[in-house]
Amino acid sequence: MSDPTSATSEAVAEAGGGATLGKPRGLMGDAWRELRVRPLFWISIAIITLVLLIAIFPGLFAHADPNLGMLSRSRKPPSGEAWFGYDQQGYDVYARAIYGTRASLLVGLLATIGVVILGSVLGILSGFYGGWLDAVLSRVSDIFVGIPFVLGAIVILTSLNTAGQGGAVRIISLVVLSIAALSWPVAMRIMRSAAITAKQQDYVKAARALGASPTRIIVRHMLPNCLAPVLVYSTIALGAFIGAEATLSYLGVGLRNPVVSWGVMINDAKDYIRVAPHALLFPSAFLTVTVLAFVMLGDAVREALDPKLR
Amino acid sequence: MGRYVLRRLLQMIPVFLGTTFLIYALVWAVPGDPFAGKCGERECPEQYVQAMRAQFNMDDPLLVQYGKYILNLLQGDFGKTFSGTEVADRIAATFPVTVRLAIVALIIEAIIGISAGIVSGLRNRGFLDSLVLVSTLFLISIPVFVTGSVVQLVFGIQLGWISPTIKGTGFTDLIVPGFVLASLSMAYVARLTRASISESRRADYVRTAFAKGLPQSRVVGVHMLRNSLIPVITFLGTDLGAFMGGAIVTEGIFNVPGIGGLIYKSIQTKEGVMVTGLVTLLVLVYLLMTLLVDMLYAVLDPRIRYE
Amino acid sequence: MALLEVEDLHVEFRTRDGVARVLNGVSYHVDAGETLAVLGESGSGKSVTAQAVMGILDSPPAFVTKGAVRFHDEDLLTMAAEARRETRASGIAMVFQDALSALNPVFTVGFQIEEQLRVRRGMSRADARKRAIELLDLVKIPHAAQRVREYPHQFSGGMRQRAMIAMSLALDPEVLIADEPTTALDVTVQAQIMDLLAEIQRDRKMGMILITHDLGVVAEVADRIAVMYAGRIVEQADAVTLFRSPGHPYTEALMASMPRLDQKGTELNTIKGLPPNLMRIPSGCPFHPRCARVQDVCRVDVPRQHNLGLGHSSACHFAEEVVGG
Repeated sequence: MSDPTSATSEAVAEAGGGATLGKPRGLMGDAWRELRVRPLFWISIAIITLVLLIAIFPGLFAHADPNLGMLSRSRKPPSGEAWFGYDQQGYDVYARAIYGTRASLLVGLLATIGVVILGSVLGILSGFYGGWLDAVLSRVSDIFVGIPFVLGAIVILTSLNTAGQGGAVRIISLVVLSIAALSWPVAMRIMRSAAITAKQQDYVKAARALGASPTRIIVRHMLPNCLAPVLVYSTIALGAFIGAEATLSYLGVGLRNPVVSWGVMINDAKDYIRVAPHALLFPSAFLTVTVLAFVMLGDAVREALDPKLR
Repeated sequence: MGRYVLRRLLQMIPVFLGTTFLIYALVWAVPGDPFAGKCGERECPEQYVQAMRAQFNMDDPLLVQYGKYILNLLQGDFGKTFSGTEVADRIAATFPVTVRLAIVALIIEAIIGISAGIVSGLRNRGFLDSLVLVSTLFLISIPVFVTGSVVQLVFGIQLGWISPTIKGTGFTDLIVPGFVLASLSMAYVARLTRASISESRRADYVRTAFAKGLPQSRVVGVHMLRNSLIPVITFLGTDLGAFMGGAIVTEGIFNVPGIGGLIYKSIQTKEGVMVTGLVTLLVLVYLLMTLLVDMLYAVLDPRIRYE
Repeated sequence: MALLEVEDLHVEFRTRDGVARVLNGVSYHVDAGETLAVLGESGSGKSVTAQAVMGILDSPPAFVTKGAVRFHDEDLLTMAAEARRETRASGIAMVFQDALSALNPVFTVGFQIEEQLRVRRGMSRADARKRAIELLDLVKIPHAAQRVREYPHQFSGGMRQRAMIAMSLALDPEVLIADEPTTALDVTVQAQIMDLLAEIQRDRKMGMILITHDLGVVAEVADRIAVMYAGRIVEQADAVTLFRSPGHPYTEALMASMPRLDQKGTELNTIKGLPPNLMRIPSGCPFHPRCARVQDVCRVDVPRQHNLGLGHSSACHFAEEVVGG
């Protein structure tokens, strides 16, 4: 007992010991107890819920037509009629920001799912089997990590996402795929190191000694213990990917008409920043608040899952 | 250490080849006519196309093309664009600007990030700590192009404090773009420093230092910082490599004539040789930076010895 | 007048889950040239007392709420921060339990010894280096001149603890607090380190406070023993008296739980139950839920110190009976 912090935790553990005898809590239960009292957690949950509602039912939040461009009202500043004003093309900025939510969120969500599934599967296989499989997969992930994200995405998208081709589905899936292709190594590395740690745990060793099949060990014993870090990563990544979509669209290689997203709006507005800054600022604010909500959520979950940070 | 560096350099070769091949394939093997629009409104004359195809080995299989390209590269020949400009010349003109921008960004990031991190790490759960935590959350959430546009709009156009686009490419001219480029990483550095400081605050060796009767300034400045800054410095190292490739947006907003703008233009005009050349260079920089960071780690932390 | 005297020290840890009363009136003293062993289970507060004496408690969560720590008759707790800092290492020095984590991993052993000499004594780099080598020699580290340039992780466990001891001696302290100095070591090395500490204490006529849970260690080197339980000293006596006729049921139980060669084959006695939760210390005598001699009065009244003569005292309602066997 050479440091008082361990003495504190002993004291706290002793204090907690009496109250919870007979009702052991798991890691998740602990994390939940920790999360429940954090205001930031509830703020981010509220924002995310609102953004999800907007994405699913945009009609409830905006009555103007997002695709009605009238040059007569081009670049009009915010007013009672159009809260966020009109952009260069005379589109209602508020209505477009509301209707653009769906595409932005969708790209972020699909890219996250892609990254997490691809990265986790490769990571857990790599961590569990080790050897040449690990060596090959790690080198392959090194190759992808070596490409700067924005650069790689621009190259992929200018090569494949040529203007005038394909409808909304094709455009969205190309953007999703390029984000996923360049980001999976991060998820893989997180999963791989979690898997290596889990593999060395006694209960996994015991399961192997008892002759459990590799599939069973991976699915039943390792996966549940590797999920926490990937979960935290995916929450933060979801926010980051929404931002990535906007960056790519801003550069003119991501989403584009007929798809409406925050990035598309920002791209439309960037050349008129001097005369109509509102057309850029409002979608940027939507974007930032949404990304912030996911980053905050990820942060809160990470702190709750990591007993060291309490 | 020498053997470790050698092994790492050898390991880099397949990664380098893989990355550059990937980019090469993406640039050169996509369907579509590479000469569309190269000769104005008209179709390019057959003769010109023939000559160009021969010059870029485009009738060879992809792997052979790539092999020839890499062999030339090893001899220092980055090749010529369709219009006959030496790629190496363009790189020589733009690369120093981007390096300067990256260095400016790194300095800003280090100074602000580390001081914010130290202040909040030392005062756990005080007002300053919360301020740093909230502002870093915001910085992490705001995409760089928004930061850049807002800085340009507010300080450049509305307040007129700065020039909306840069006037020159000296270090001082690059402070504003450098600040924008650094904004995201600054937040990460602050958080990393904070976590690292508050961890070492509880470390036994800090208590020992106090027990030795050393003044607080020395305990913090020597014993805590020396340990806490190890992960931060290595993060800064990797970041320098990342800044090179990540400067596209910032350079675009502030009209910085650096490598990012050049890449962006080359991609749009389908100058394949230029794109592959630049990306190859950036990958090389990134790989060397990661190696440098690992070596730096060994220097900073005596417990780490590479065999 | 004792060299170092702790009087009625109260410390509490204020945590989110409540207040833990870690020290509840600890008093002990140590004179020049004597070794006081502080004995107790983990959580009894023996290390916290030492840290309070050194003034290195983490605050928050730890707060000294009452009491005094007198060194040369001056209360360290009310002293100006700067003056108190001056007493550290030169007046009272400390040897920590785990030298691996207590030494800074990124500085050489030499640097960490010389640092105090240079900062506190204004010695030159070269003089400090010379002194550091002498100190390493003193604690019997072979090839001190070379090893002074090495990092803590390059030392073996025993050598590291020797270096730690050398570091604590750098400013010639009058009192040395050794907080479980051998717990982290191999059994074979433990005895060497204990012998070294005892030898240095004798040669330099220092007062030494030896914190331990190991009765064997206590028997060998201690002049006097203080037994701690739940943040209180429950019994104090000179070593011989305490071993021969313990005056507190807790001490009795500790002795009985020590394995003995002459009783091989019989079952070991253990103390039933767990150390108390410091947020809810039992009423009356804190040891009563685990005590074999518990009576009704023990559940209600906090026992006062019973003086059993010749510096032997016990905080038990029935101290006289316990001593009598």
